Amino acid sequence: MSAILNVRELEKTFGSLIAAHNINIAVPPLQTVGIIGANGAGKTTFVNMITGHLRPTKGSIWFEGRDITGRPSREITRLGIARSFQVPQIFASLTVLENICTATAIARTTSGLIHQALTPLHSSAILADSDSALELFRIAGYRHALAATLPQGARKLLDIAMAIAGAPRVVLLDEPTSGISIEEKFDLMAVVIAALKRRGITVLFVEHDMDIVERYADRVLAFYDGTVIADGPPVETLENPRIQELISGPKLKLAVPNGRHA
Amino acid sequence: MLTAFAILTDGLVYAAYLFLIAIGLTLIFGVMRILNVTHGSFYAFGAYGSAIAVGIYFDRGFPAAGGFLLMVLVAMVIGLVLGLILERGLLRLFYGKDEVIVVLVTYAAFLILEDVIKLIWGPNSYALYQPLALAGTIDVGSLVLSGYDIGLIVFASLLAIGASFALKRTRWGHLLTVVIFDREIAAALGINVTAVYTITFVIGAMLGALGGAVMAPKIAVTLGIGVEVIVLAFAVVAIGGMGSIGGALLGALIVANAGLRLSIWCRRSSCSSSTR
Amino acid sequence: MVSRPVLFGALALIIVAVVALALPSWLVSLTTLAFANALVVLGLIILWRAGLVPFGQALFYAIGAYAVALIDRYGGMHDVFVLITAAAVLSAFAAFLTGFLLARYREIFFAMLSLAMSMILYGALVKTETLGSTDGFHVEAPTYLGYAPQGAMHLLVLFWLVLAFSAASALLVFLYFRSVAGALAVPVRDSEIRLEFLGVSVNGLIHLNLVISGTLAGIGGAFAALSIEHVDPNMAYWTTSGGFVFVTILAGAGSVAAAFVGSFVFEFLKSIAYDILPGTWQIFLGAVLLVTILFLPEGLGSLFGRLRQRLNLKPANVSS
Repeated sequence: MSAILNVRELEKTFGSLIAAHNINIAVPPLQTVGIIGANGAGKTTFVNMITGHLRPTKGSIWFEGRDITGRPSREITRLGIARSFQVPQIFASLTVLENICTATAIARTTSGLIHQALTPLHSSAILADSDSALELFRIAGYRHALAATLPQGARKLLDIAMAIAGAPRVVLLDEPTSGISIEEKFDLMAVVIAALKRRGITVLFVEHDMDIVERYADRVLAFYDGTVIADGPPVETLENPRIQELISGPKLKLAVPNGRHA
Repeated sequence: MLTAFAILTDGLVYAAYLFLIAIGLTLIFGVMRILNVTHGSFYAFGAYGSAIAVGIYFDRGFPAAGGFLLMVLVAMVIGLVLGLILERGLLRLFYGKDEVIVVLVTYAAFLILEDVIKLIWGPNSYALYQPLALAGTIDVGSLVLSGYDIGLIVFASLLAIGASFALKRTRWGHLLTVVIFDREIAAALGINVTAVYTITFVIGAMLGALGGAVMAPKIAVTLGIGVEVIVLAFAVVAIGGMGSIGGALLGALIVANAGLRLSIWCRRSSCSSSTR
Repeated sequence: MVSRPVLFGALALIIVAVVALALPSWLVSLTTLAFANALVVLGLIILWRAGLVPFGQALFYAIGAYAVALIDRYGGMHDVFVLITAAAVLSAFAAFLTGFLLARYREIFFAMLSLAMSMILYGALVKTETLGSTDGFHVEAPTYLGYAPQGAMHLLVLFWLVLAFSAASALLVFLYFRSVAGALAVPVRDSEIRLEFLGVSVNGLIHLNLVISGTLAGIGGAFAALSIEHVDPNMAYWTTSGGFVFVTILAGAGSVAAAFVGSFVFEFLKSIAYDILPGTWQIFLGAVLLVTILFLPEGLGSLFGRLRQRLNLKPANVSS
């Protein structure tokens, strides 16, 4: 099965600083990939290169067989790669419904600004799609609430819901459970992964919480010092002593199971 | 050679003028992130105050040196009074609101003060001629330079140096720099940001008034001088990078350079003689 | 199915058009100028919703005004539709060109750059002898597809034309706000990143908004020139731009109608202030601005909103 996302010999340097190098990854469709690594290890650089925010110094990125290396983010989004943000990027002055309607409307007006100027926002088609998106992410209850008033978990869900409004085939989630309390993390991730699987989207997510990674990833990429030092199934990779030494820390045997963070 | 020198001094005088009218604005913007339209009013009040008070002083025949000192004093008093009234009485009600809203508040205050000037001093034009005469002239070969102009260059330079020194070497300057950098961190460090704001605004007002006070002998002090100065001051501050003394200097030099080139070009192309 | 606001607007339009016949000519003139300026304000509202407040809309206002004046005097064409079209095309083009630079900036820098551009035009106008320098010059009354109204009629005919253009602009902007592009204004304010990663070019959107508001300002300037029958460089001065921003705050960003009501209220207040308080009209205006910012931060338009809610006319899920 050919990879939906293929990264070859990817490298990014800032002057003399090598932020990422020697990255070779092929992601098959519908896989859920967990990306771990300490801060500064190159995870964010990697994500930024794929989403078009940064232009790689060397190497290439292939999406659905197309070379997308160095293309601007707007184009990459339109081609089918979306992302969510560690600090959820939502429209705080609008209601949740208006937020998702905006994202849906943008997704439907692909011919650009003039098309957008001529298309009314409040159409039943857009409303229907938006409502189902809210249902999918279990935030329909917040429909008419101002996005600014949402608790952190709902914000994350709204951010991701908006990101996939355009039916992307790949989505990159940047620390989806950061800032969420331990009790709510698993529920949140469960909703997110279920929703994305339902829509047939390949997921790459950056996480510091090893329990989340273990539970939800099909495959783990461990970043260290700008490159990938391990690539395999979660249990194996996380039990790897070198990974434990460099990134995740030992698995603690406590009376009360606790979250393990890198 | 002499023409080059003349052009140079012309340029420096203009740059000094621009620096003097911009330094107050850039201080307030740097610390408080407020584009203070009322700056024009400070300038105007300073000019009127100087023209009248110093005019009376010289009419009474008091010693010359004191006259120049009085100019500075008048500016400081005007700046203190206006600055305090405006900051404590009006501006603080709008802190935290959108930057643009605050600018509009200063615009409203400016409108009000324009009429206040008209109410106090009427539509008449005031002239302050004694300082120019007293400062005499300096002869450089066949060139005759106004002593006052040279004095302005010196004054502006001293002010620039003094302000830089105050910012970099004094405790107060350090506090200001921290607030400029990040007001939240400043507050978290225990700095009384409110007090810093008030004092900064008052100093900015004083500097604005000072600009008007020292320029009074060179202009016709009448209605509308504040309106014209604002745009020039904004331009200097924007070009030089908003909120730094070096920036104000740089901006002043750049604008002066451009202005000079424009007037030389205009002389050659017979532009309209009316200037604003 | 026509929505309620449009119906009310149409009704108000007809009433005003008819009532004008009975009004004194100074009031008709004032309203003409007020509506011409309201077009500029309409453009400012479009930009303010996206979080941008240019301090130099007078640039396009003056371009529109001088376009009319110059074509009328030197171009030998006096038909009002030719003049207005020329003004619109020229100001649209100017907005398109300046937009390349302006769209890259935000907040205070955007405001200042806009101001700088308008002051450059001002400087150029003042320095040009042939354009009458600071005095400007007179604009003759236009003809309307061959018809040259006589006497008091020419005030009325111009008024009706401005009214018609205002109605058309109001409707178009109203529809624009309901379109996807128009609705993206608030999202631009809230999170440009999110928009970019949804595939929207934020700078492109702002560029579009700049062209729309620049064109509106140009048409406003054109009508203003025809209304006061004079153009001068002051139309490009920063205080003129300041006046437009003043009315925008007064009107508020929420409603299209507010631009016109707000502009009328402003011109009316200015007129009264000149008469009753000749020495202190600026104090009066400054005070009005302060009071508006303090007590009516959403502008007069928000009063409409509250009124409509009271009368239960406002539909539940309309976002501004």
